[in-house]
Amino acid sequence: MAEHCAVIGIGQTKHRESRRDLSIPGLVRDAAIRALQDADMTWKDIDSIVIGTAPDMFEGVMMPELWLADALGAAGKPIFRVHTAGSVGGSTAVVASHLVQGGVHEKVLTLAFEKQSEANAMWALSPAIPFQPQLVAGAGGYFAPLIRSYIRRSDAHRDTGCMVAVKDRQHGLLNPNAHLHLDQTLEQVKASPMLWDPIRYSETCPSSDGAVAMVLVSDKHANRVKNPAWVKGTSVRTERTFFAGRDQVNPAAGKLCAKDVYDEAGITNPVKEIDCAEVYVPFSWFEPMWLENLGFAEEGEGWKMTMEGKTKIGGEMPLNMSGGVMCTNPIGASGMLRFAEAARQVRGTAEQHQVDGAKVALGHAYGGGSQFFAVWIVSSER
Amino acid sequence: MRDVAIVSFSQLPSVKAIDAADEPELVQPVTSDAMKQIGLTQDDIGFTCSGSTDYLPGRPFSFVAAVDGLKACPPIRESHVEMDGAFALYEAWVRLMHGDIDTALVFSFGKSSLGPVPAILNLQNDPYYVQPLGLDAISAAALQAQAMIDARKATERDFAAVVARNRKNAIDNPNAQIKGDFSVDEMLDEPYISSPLRRSFCPPLSDSAAAIVLAAGDRAKELVKRPAWIRGIDHRTEPHALGQRDLTTSQSAKLAAEKAGVGRNKIDVAELHAPFAHQELILKEAMGLGNEVNVNPSGGALAANSLMTAGLIRFGEAANRVLSGDADRAVAHTTNGVCLQHNLVAVLEGE
Repeated sequence: MAEHCAVIGIGQTKHRESRRDLSIPGLVRDAAIRALQDADMTWKDIDSIVIGTAPDMFEGVMMPELWLADALGAAGKPIFRVHTAGSVGGSTAVVASHLVQGGVHEKVLTLAFEKQSEANAMWALSPAIPFQPQLVAGAGGYFAPLIRSYIRRSDAHRDTGCMVAVKDRQHGLLNPNAHLHLDQTLEQVKASPMLWDPIRYSETCPSSDGAVAMVLVSDKHANRVKNPAWVKGTSVRTERTFFAGRDQVNPAAGKLCAKDVYDEAGITNPVKEIDCAEVYVPFSWFEPMWLENLGFAEEGEGWKMTMEGKTKIGGEMPLNMSGGVMCTNPIGASGMLRFAEAARQVRGTAEQHQVDGAKVALGHAYGGGSQFFAVWIVSSER
Repeated sequence: MRDVAIVSFSQLPSVKAIDAADEPELVQPVTSDAMKQIGLTQDDIGFTCSGSTDYLPGRPFSFVAAVDGLKACPPIRESHVEMDGAFALYEAWVRLMHGDIDTALVFSFGKSSLGPVPAILNLQNDPYYVQPLGLDAISAAALQAQAMIDARKATERDFAAVVARNRKNAIDNPNAQIKGDFSVDEMLDEPYISSPLRRSFCPPLSDSAAAIVLAAGDRAKELVKRPAWIRGIDHRTEPHALGQRDLTTSQSAKLAAEKAGVGRNKIDVAELHAPFAHQELILKEAMGLGNEVNVNPSGGALAANSLMTAGLIRFGEAANRVLSGDADRAVAHTTNGVCLQHNLVAVLEGE
């Protein structure tokens, strides 16, 4: 690696069910300007732009980076589009970090967005594909059997998912940018309607409008701010949809992705050495599943960390301090929000949802039917 | 920066329709052939990256299915761009700069036969103000061609001459779709599709898939005698709205070519991704390529035009001429967007 890479600017929109006050270009520009201001930069300072979003069919714009080039000040510059399903926000940030680490560009703006109020995700995710049964159930219907399998294998306490929902929504109350601000009790979550057993309504993520942007720079520009977040490890891993022995509850690609970043960042004991993590949890039960997949808990033990309150702010392994995907889900941006919120923690700029003294944080995203993973580790120290 | 080279290339012949082939069936033959040519398997590959668009098959996540054409167990380091495969090659090149891995597999696939491509490409336009007008790809290109005529930069006869040369070149290319001796005068007698574009001035629509293997430094030298070294590679975009650009030139291609170092030395061969005849003229001028440069010996996109793959094939064709020793210095190019909005240029060298 030729260069160190630091995050020196982070910006995000206020995420809402519908940002009718902003067009799609307005949405991405809002996040980008906030990131530039945070980095004490202007459009002129940016060498290159890397953008990610979920399937083009959501908003009905093919290759939207072409259209959004103007809003992002990209004329005369490289603008690059990444698409790796739900993990795209993470993968996009990884590509941006590699442009800096590889010495290709020194100052890169990366961003991700989704405007679900102008999109139809349920339609776009439920096409009739020849020779395959039409899956009209959306993501919840796909993931519910995996969660049931997790519960059977680990004999998890049945309240685990509801506990995650309560915890993430409590965290979301601390985050003014979050879409949902819900002060819910365990009883209220448990009383919400069952959608896809065991996933209740209150255990699902919302559909949000939102965008997030980061400015990534090389060593010599990092001193523009007093608190850069240094990128210590990155990885993207993919496994096939179909192969004998595939374990979708604890996917090999996720485990390998975590191993890659721990190796690169020199981490041997994740729970001890990582202060907090922003993990892609679109349905509550994925918290314990990813705790195990990322090596924060032994297999079958993740749910105990949740039930013991260890994943709350102030706990041993705080997870999704921002409220996570459970509070905010602009799909294409959800992964980058995890990466950006991890960077905010180590920069000490997470305001009310700051983990005291956080120095090392992990950002995680996954996508598809758990085939695609992206992870990074950021640190306050170079 | 690390030295990175193209060390192998494989493609499916570009044809009007590859019937009854799904993503894995498109991807598996070209990726395995590209690796087999140099004695590699997926286990030897450090990073894999693909380019495709969901709008050709009309389904989300078509690239997810494509991964099943690879040996991705154990899980691989992999990424995807919703762009031509040549941009996947760019991401792989960036990844190799990181220094921890030495090889990358790049592939792309596209079946243009599955839908009305010119109309689908209207979806690249501004959805609020332009998409409702139904500005299909041929009509947009016709505006650009007419702008060239109005600026007295070219005539319809010039457009026809470009087509005749490309399709004559394609005679020697077994993977091309339209080839042969086409008379300029006969082309000028064709009715207009969208004035001033006649049928022959427009590209065919093709189905195809392609794959390239990249290798860094000594690893490239171990794999082939004469790697096609990527000496410069850069991409640039322009304002989106057609009215904000001078359509008779390409500022983005000019800038990308400068950054890639095209003008630093003599160019033997250029493979330009110019789907419409007049676009070749624009690109040649923008990149400073004179008449001594052998442009599109493969026949280019006027002879075979599989969306999402045509750009990666340009890189493969240019690399093959360097790998074989026929050329010492070659340009490879791809474009994306309406009327050449976004351009990627690379310079490949033999030694």
